[in-house]
Amino acid sequence: MADAQSNFGSFEELAIPLFARLYNFAHWLTQDQSEAEDLVQETCLKALKGFASFQQGTNFRAWMYRILRNTFLTSRSGLKSTTVSLDEEEDDSVEPIASGTPESILLASVEQQTVQGVLEGLSVQFREIILLCDVEEMSYQEIATTLAIPIGTVMSRLSRARRAMRESLIQARAQGASREVSR
Amino acid sequence: MTCEEVRNKLEPYADSELSAGELAEFEPHLRNCASCAADALGLLQIKRLTRAAGLRYSPTPDFRLRMEQSIRSKSKTPWWSIRFPKLITAAVAVAVLLASVIIWQSHAERDRAYTELADMHVAALASTNPVDVISTDRHTVKPWFAGKLPFSFDLPELQNSDFTLVGGRVAYFEHASGAQLLFTVRKHQMSVFIFRQQSESIPFSMGTSTSTKLAFHMETWSERGLRYFIISDAPASDVNALSKLLRGAAH
Repeated sequence: MADAQSNFGSFEELAIPLFARLYNFAHWLTQDQSEAEDLVQETCLKALKGFASFQQGTNFRAWMYRILRNTFLTSRSGLKSTTVSLDEEEDDSVEPIASGTPESILLASVEQQTVQGVLEGLSVQFREIILLCDVEEMSYQEIATTLAIPIGTVMSRLSRARRAMRESLIQARAQGASREVSR
Repeated sequence: MTCEEVRNKLEPYADSELSAGELAEFEPHLRNCASCAADALGLLQIKRLTRAAGLRYSPTPDFRLRMEQSIRSKSKTPWWSIRFPKLITAAVAVAVLLASVIIWQSHAERDRAYTELADMHVAALASTNPVDVISTDRHTVKPWFAGKLPFSFDLPELQNSDFTLVGGRVAYFEHASGAQLLFTVRKHQMSVFIFRQQSESIPFSMGTSTSTKLAFHMETWSERGLRYFIISDAPASDVNALSKLLRGAAH
């Protein structure tokens, strides 16, 4: 077991730079400021307690996000959100991007608020993987470590999450356009 | 590369997950195919939009300050010395107390491991897909792990027992991969975790023990270089019965 504190920097040096991003992720998961603050606080306490066992050279960021996610999943709102999730059965097949979809170009003009609304509407399972990949810019390997799933599942889940997001964005944009026409 | 091959790799491309060799084949196609280039552009635009939209929440200055102060003060002082300052001071001077600290540390290590595994058990049960391979047949579940884990293990015949195998998934315990197997006994669900004993992340001092934490009954033992854990809300007698079956299968 590595002496993480003496060889790899203190917990403080490693954790504080991640703090704002951890909070952002926590708020997206909980959808509530107070719950997000509690979640970050509990995550930091758990991580601090377990820091002696953190192995030098492994990924501290993925370790912290994993603790945060596990803490969320066992919280009341986490259990509630995963219980009501009705995602289709997970398989490792990755569907190719639909070709010749001009809507993907049109989506570039979608407003940020619409994207945020669509992200909020996704299941926790889809929302978290999109946030880890596109917002936190984690590699597939880091996401696999954070979510404790194989890389093949990361790719298939990400693909399905993006498809769900694209469909919701197209729908949201169509609704916005029809409201403009009716004015 | 054909358009179909390119479309299959568009997402890894947008996520910067292609190797240099794959990129060398991929990018010339994009330069010469307007349709694939448009798809790639669309995907990259959605990624950019998502990133901008996803950076939405910031901690309040008050919360940030409070947390930073808390982390700074606690990370300078080991958490165990906050709880037991007198014990730490005395342990330095007294050999007997030093021994007790070692024992206490092994308990703390075990408690931490149990808490983490209990989290994983609960998370699996809360998941819509608690297992990646769904089968009651041990001859289906065991081979599924081949190539996914750096070790192999044996599963018992459950035909004349109260236990039913539900399936399994790959689990990660502090960056070491292992197997998580889900069993049911009557209405209770049980997780069996198997990791390599050699892994640095598995506490060596755990030995064989039973415990009750967070209302879960747990049992752990080491056999043939593998560390087994059973966690369940089922009665301790059921946990023990399953452990006997698993130990029998390993011989």
